[in-house]
Amino acid sequence: MKVAVITFPGSNCDQDCVRSVELAGGSPSYVWHRETSLGDADAVIVPGGFAHGDYLRPGGIARFSPIMDAVIDFGRDGGLIVGICNGFQVLCEAGMLPGALLRNRSLRFQSHDCHLRVERSGTPFTADYARGQVIRMPLSHADGNYYADPGTLAGLEADGRVLFRYCDARGNVTHEANPNGSLNNIAGIVNARGNILGMMPHPDRAIEDILGSVDGLPLFRSLLAADVAVGAGTREVA
Amino acid sequence: MIATAEAPRPRPGDPAITPELVEDHGLSPEEYEQIRGIMGRKPTFTELGVFSAMWSEHCGYKNSKRLLRLLPTRAPWVIQGPGENAGVIDVGAGYALAFKIESHNHPSAVEPYQGAATGIGGILRDVFTMGARPVATLNSLHFGDLDRPRVRYLFSGVVKGIGDYGNCVGIPSTGGEVYFDRGYEDNPIVNAMCLGLMRKEDLIRGTAEGVGNTLMAVGARTGRDGIHGATFASEELSEGDDEASRPQVQVGDPFTEKLLLEASLELIASGHIVGIQDMGAAGLTSSGAEMAGRSGTGVEMDVARVPVREAGMTPYEILLSESQERMLVVAAAGREDAVREILEKWELEAATIGSVTASGTFRVLEAGVPVADIPALPLTEGCPTYERPGEEAEEVRSLRDMDLSHYISPPDGLESAFLAVVGSPNVASKQWVYEQYDTTVRANSIERPGGDAGVIRVPGTNRGVAASTDCNGRHTYLNPRSGAMGAVAEAARNVTCTGAVPMAITNCLNFGSPLKPHIRHQFREAVLGMRDACSHFETPVTGGNVSFYNETDGEAVYPTPVIGMIGVIEDLDTIVRHSFRDEGDAILLLGANRGELGGSEYLYAVHDGLVAGEPPDVNLATERALQRCLLAMTGRKVLKSAHDVASGGLAATLVESCLGRPRKGDGVGAAVRFDDDLPDTALLFGEDHGRVVVSCGREEEDRVRRIAADYGVPCTRIGTVTGEGAALEIETRSSTLKLALNVLNDHYFGTIPGIMSE
Repeated sequence: MKVAVITFPGSNCDQDCVRSVELAGGSPSYVWHRETSLGDADAVIVPGGFAHGDYLRPGGIARFSPIMDAVIDFGRDGGLIVGICNGFQVLCEAGMLPGALLRNRSLRFQSHDCHLRVERSGTPFTADYARGQVIRMPLSHADGNYYADPGTLAGLEADGRVLFRYCDARGNVTHEANPNGSLNNIAGIVNARGNILGMMPHPDRAIEDILGSVDGLPLFRSLLAADVAVGAGTREVA
Repeated sequence: MIATAEAPRPRPGDPAITPELVEDHGLSPEEYEQIRGIMGRKPTFTELGVFSAMWSEHCGYKNSKRLLRLLPTRAPWVIQGPGENAGVIDVGAGYALAFKIESHNHPSAVEPYQGAATGIGGILRDVFTMGARPVATLNSLHFGDLDRPRVRYLFSGVVKGIGDYGNCVGIPSTGGEVYFDRGYEDNPIVNAMCLGLMRKEDLIRGTAEGVGNTLMAVGARTGRDGIHGATFASEELSEGDDEASRPQVQVGDPFTEKLLLEASLELIASGHIVGIQDMGAAGLTSSGAEMAGRSGTGVEMDVARVPVREAGMTPYEILLSESQERMLVVAAAGREDAVREILEKWELEAATIGSVTASGTFRVLEAGVPVADIPALPLTEGCPTYERPGEEAEEVRSLRDMDLSHYISPPDGLESAFLAVVGSPNVASKQWVYEQYDTTVRANSIERPGGDAGVIRVPGTNRGVAASTDCNGRHTYLNPRSGAMGAVAEAARNVTCTGAVPMAITNCLNFGSPLKPHIRHQFREAVLGMRDACSHFETPVTGGNVSFYNETDGEAVYPTPVIGMIGVIEDLDTIVRHSFRDEGDAILLLGANRGELGGSEYLYAVHDGLVAGEPPDVNLATERALQRCLLAMTGRKVLKSAHDVASGGLAATLVESCLGRPRKGDGVGAAVRFDDDLPDTALLFGEDHGRVVVSCGREEEDRVRRIAADYGVPCTRIGTVTGEGAALEIETRSSTLKLALNVLNDHYFGTIPGIMSE
């Protein structure tokens, strides 16, 4: 499976995503933000970093990069897209995912491991996880505090579109385990159609034992096995 | 470009060169006469500014150079020693490591956020201009006591500045140290270190070779910020300097830095350029003159071609601006457009501003009219150097000779003292700090901050590079020679504890004014101590930085020679971490307890900030044997943990080994017993060098003992790991302590967040 990793001038996790796809058995390629086509990519990753410096607002400028039209079209056609960290922020700013990432509750940049509970299995992004599985991976952001208006939030929950939630080591979703103030401890969500994932923690930094965790690999393996044809129409996400 | 040798004449509006103006430029009357001699005429105002910057302490090392020559700088694995943008060593498998540490103390004292941020920016540029991709940063920070609001402001501003800059550029922070002591009240020490990796063949140097090649100014535009920053860094601060000095502090733009980093590495790989250098301290002046000086060529540049932020800037200002995120590039003649194309991809500007000449001079024009023409070599190498005699301050001698016997007994009992030491900001976890730095970006951080040394993997290999920054300023204050030796020894122990072979150091020498005899004494002693330790450990000095004049209103900081040590792990499968692991494991002490309390955290934390006594003795032969012994143990994979004993003594080491890392439960307990005939406080809180606490499976204990015996290292079984949730129990000849892990957790992890949220 060919995976396009978008590189903005300020991306700094693009090589981590490329490596993750390689380790999961896929064929990654870098796509520069000034390109206008994704070529023959089967899936897209928008990596972490500071796309255009993010002095205005994380991801606020990235949506104007030429490649974003192609990314938006790709998502509209049902193509699989993963936004990690800054990539999540970019997808929200581009209107591809609902809600926004606000400044962390601590008002500080935070970089440490976190536990996540996998809320749903069987999606193109979580097929290789078990429902309720507790996984551990690093997070690293200043603006990861997920917010959505009450109606949107209720819809996300009702439709089962929250895929990952911050929890403690035993899987309890608690206030203490919420690192940044995200509503309902939300760490990762999908769009209504289920083909676009945004998440703040970094599966791309949890891909080898020597790094302390391999809990990110199943996400990439799930993605590579999902085999969703672009333009194939709505995919049922059970 | 005009190639006549017409001599510069004063520009309209230039001030007359008077003795006062010369003095304002930090030059003595003798130095000015020397300049006249070099020039064969009176310098112009622009030329005076150029000399002032290049002959400042910051660029010219005038009060340190003679002593620094005593330091060992060679080893078969050293590819580039001092004198370049960064030192370079061979780390095997075809890779070279560029690394350097630098200070940004003065700017951080005045404007902590920007001061620290631009410190990171500068050190990154020093590394990537060698052709190396930055892979890790570390820092060494020293502040006053945290009970002062101003100190908290400086501390939080510096940490945020470092974080925001490094996080944006995407370089993981893998370690460092943070100290708090009233000796740094108004003068924080902010030292940033960067490590970069490259294939050996990609090494490039800061030279202006090939007459006719083109000089290009690359990156951000030149503004009026930071003019004379190098000279500013070479003066003492005084009350009220905050506001007045702000224009001398530069402002950082990490996004432009990221672009510059990627563009520079692409440029170097392209083969279109022959040399590249950061326009750091003294900006265009030092980069141009140093590149010419190193290659024995000359340069000619026209300041009217330099992209500027505002109209009306004089040659003096353009030459001495320290605007950040700028590079001077020497492009191969005819390749200018190819260079420009790469920079345009990264949304950066590149302007042709001059060329390499055979004249041997640093020649500057303004729209074709000469404004400066100075022989390059005397400018870069001819800075007069001084070595005036020094003398130890009487006050320090009497503090060192103080009888500590009154302080042996803890006023509120041993347990209270134990918790005071473990919960003192110096010993307590620096999690609050390093969690504001991205520690995992680029997915090669094998050992993150919080252990003995950070470890980064060499991409695509199973090799690792370990790095640690160390300096206990209290020890160097009380005895600069043994203190500096101790800093090298501790740094070497730290990297060795992870299983890495110590290879080389970079140093950042932070001192008060060298015009004072007692500071000169400290400096000389510290350099000699460092020389002895580095020679003995075969860890040469590959570069670094001297920062004098760390004084406010006549009060100098503690002498703080920070060591940035690099070690190499050939096989990452042999890496060892500092935390105890499994119930039933044996805990052993390598090295002997001597109970040296001089300059200890115990005296400071428990006895009202007392800084006194003879700091711990350093025996280089013992240290070397301990390093070799540890490496034999890690190489044979017999250890489950290894942790150095330093600030806070055995108390701190045991607590840290029990608690391990946060966010992984409460840690494991240990039951420990000491039979040493020493007072409890001296035993538990003494900071004697040459000790490491290790743990191993019971079945490996005999092997561990045998290896220790082979290297002549004392090895004592002191206890057993008692498993998750158990307490830390310590028994001595006269006392028993039982410390619950949650109580230790509160003291160790809770102290700094508690203070900072007040």
